[in-house]
Amino acid sequence: MKPVIAVSGLRKTYGGGETAVHALRGVDLVVRPGEYVAIMGASGSGKSTLLNMLGCLDVPTAGRYLLDGFSVADLNERQLALLRNRKIGFIFQSFNLVPRTSALSNVELPLVYSGLRRAERRRRALAALEMVGLTERARHLPSELSGGQQQRVAVARALVTGPALLLADEPTGNLDRASTADVLGVFDRLNALGRTVVVITHEDEVAAHAHRVVRVDDGLIVSDETRRTVGALT
Amino acid sequence: MNLLEILRFAVRGLTANKLRSALTTLGITIGVAAVILLVAVGNGASAAIAASIQGLGTNVVNVSPMRGGQGAGARPLTVQDAHALVDPVGAPDVRAASPVVNTTATATYGQTSYAVPTVAGTEAAYFTTTNRAIADGALFGDEDVASARKVVVLGPTTAQALFGTAESAVGKNVLLNSIQFTVLGVLQAKGSTGLQNADDVAVAPLSAVQNSLSGYGSLNQIVVQAGSADSVALAQAEITAILDARHGIRAGAPADYQIQNSEQLLATRTSATQTFTVLLAAVAAISLLVGGIGVTNIMLVTVTERIREIGIRKAIGAPRSAILGQFLAEATMLSLFGGLLGVVIGVVGSQFTVAGITPVVVPSSIALAFAVSALIGLFFGSFPANRAAKLRPIDALRHE
Repeated sequence: MKPVIAVSGLRKTYGGGETAVHALRGVDLVVRPGEYVAIMGASGSGKSTLLNMLGCLDVPTAGRYLLDGFSVADLNERQLALLRNRKIGFIFQSFNLVPRTSALSNVELPLVYSGLRRAERRRRALAALEMVGLTERARHLPSELSGGQQQRVAVARALVTGPALLLADEPTGNLDRASTADVLGVFDRLNALGRTVVVITHEDEVAAHAHRVVRVDDGLIVSDETRRTVGALT
Repeated sequence: MNLLEILRFAVRGLTANKLRSALTTLGITIGVAAVILLVAVGNGASAAIAASIQGLGTNVVNVSPMRGGQGAGARPLTVQDAHALVDPVGAPDVRAASPVVNTTATATYGQTSYAVPTVAGTEAAYFTTTNRAIADGALFGDEDVASARKVVVLGPTTAQALFGTAESAVGKNVLLNSIQFTVLGVLQAKGSTGLQNADDVAVAPLSAVQNSLSGYGSLNQIVVQAGSADSVALAQAEITAILDARHGIRAGAPADYQIQNSEQLLATRTSATQTFTVLLAAVAAISLLVGGIGVTNIMLVTVTERIREIGIRKAIGAPRSAILGQFLAEATMLSLFGGLLGVVIGVVGSQFTVAGITPVVVPSSIALAFAVSALIGLFFGSFPANRAAKLRPIDALRHE
């Protein structure tokens, strides 16, 4: 099966000369469809940089990245936007909902950019909100929702376009235990439905849900351990 | 992402900060309203002058001394010059010629004191030549001029300033610079010409004005009535011949007087008001420009404030064009709305009399001001919008 992510020799250097910071120093990683991968590492290890590259939010200094078979380096600005819209669902630690905009409108937003009609958008956004159990909160503004609810809205927004890949950067970092369980539950269900999930975390509790744990240190992958095979949870 | 969606996002962005949007709009509103109103005022002034000169009659010729630069040889226009123009043999096309001296005076009646901007001393024919009719009382006649009687005919504005609306001015005694004059009558209103008010005058016999107010200097003008509108050119030639002879001006030498018919008078006055209109429009255009800079400023603030939001939108797949469109639409909406409001205020404001001038709205100024306000949105909005669109998603998201 074609890998969702195929990365080889990925490097990222910030700045130059004496003060250059090597955030990634040659990362090779392959993620197959349906996998649930946890990337762990200390802060400053380069794991967030890696995820930003995988989400096409940042461009690598060197190396090759194939996303669902497409070479990201060869795409122009417009194609990258399309890729972020269709192939990737990104979930942030700080939720990153658009302020002063209802939960429903936030979830609809990616569909607006993919040019869907209003009625179809509404139907799919409501379905995504139902998936995360927030149907009755659809009309609320982000400021009227708890942290856990906001993160579930963000998850709904990430999955509403039906992306091949869900990327989450410490999604439970700002959440209490109950909300963490909610969000992880959603990830488990999505993965069970066949979505590929890559999560950055430093909590073992979160990593325990994953099939595979990749440890990053000082810009390099130091261990890659598969705990369960795909489909074992269901 | 269609146009409707872009507009919907723009409206949401603008209503998120209503006060700020309203104040920015105000800048454009004031600019557009100023352009429309000031151009209307300038145009109104021109129209009023044109009307008043046309009201003078198309068969009127104005002779005035050439100002400055003639040296010692220049001779003043005299009453004798004026009388010499009425000559059935030498000037068959001149029907009447009235010498005029203009001065200013302070009029006093009882406790009321009023500065009259124009006190004209002239002869009886002046009233028919210049189309001035009496509203109340009587005009002065030739015998009043001959005997230098201290009588005066007031313009309606002057009469009202001195006597109010309730009291009739006729038969009252007023002091002009402490000299007592008897009011014979009040003229019919003729309307303001913008730069000078034809109704704010006092007209008295030439001899009386020279005796007690202006002294015996040069005349300010001689108002000549030609036989008909068609004989104006003939009359002008006859006047030139007579005055050249009287002033000793050889053929081809520059004259020490100038002759203007009503069309030439109109052209001079119109060019003066055009300058005035252009100046007004320039001031208004500057205020519109300042309004435009206000839009840029606010859009820059908005973009900076919403960098994170831009990052979020890009991370979920917003193409550059969608971000550009959103912020351009916001800027254009601000300025279009401001422009629309400015058009309404400008047009409504033009219904009122401004500084004695009835503004006449120029339709092209509305179109121009509105189009400029729309362009301002696009032009001044494109810089901040472009800045927003070019941001890399990761940089935008990291922004605190």
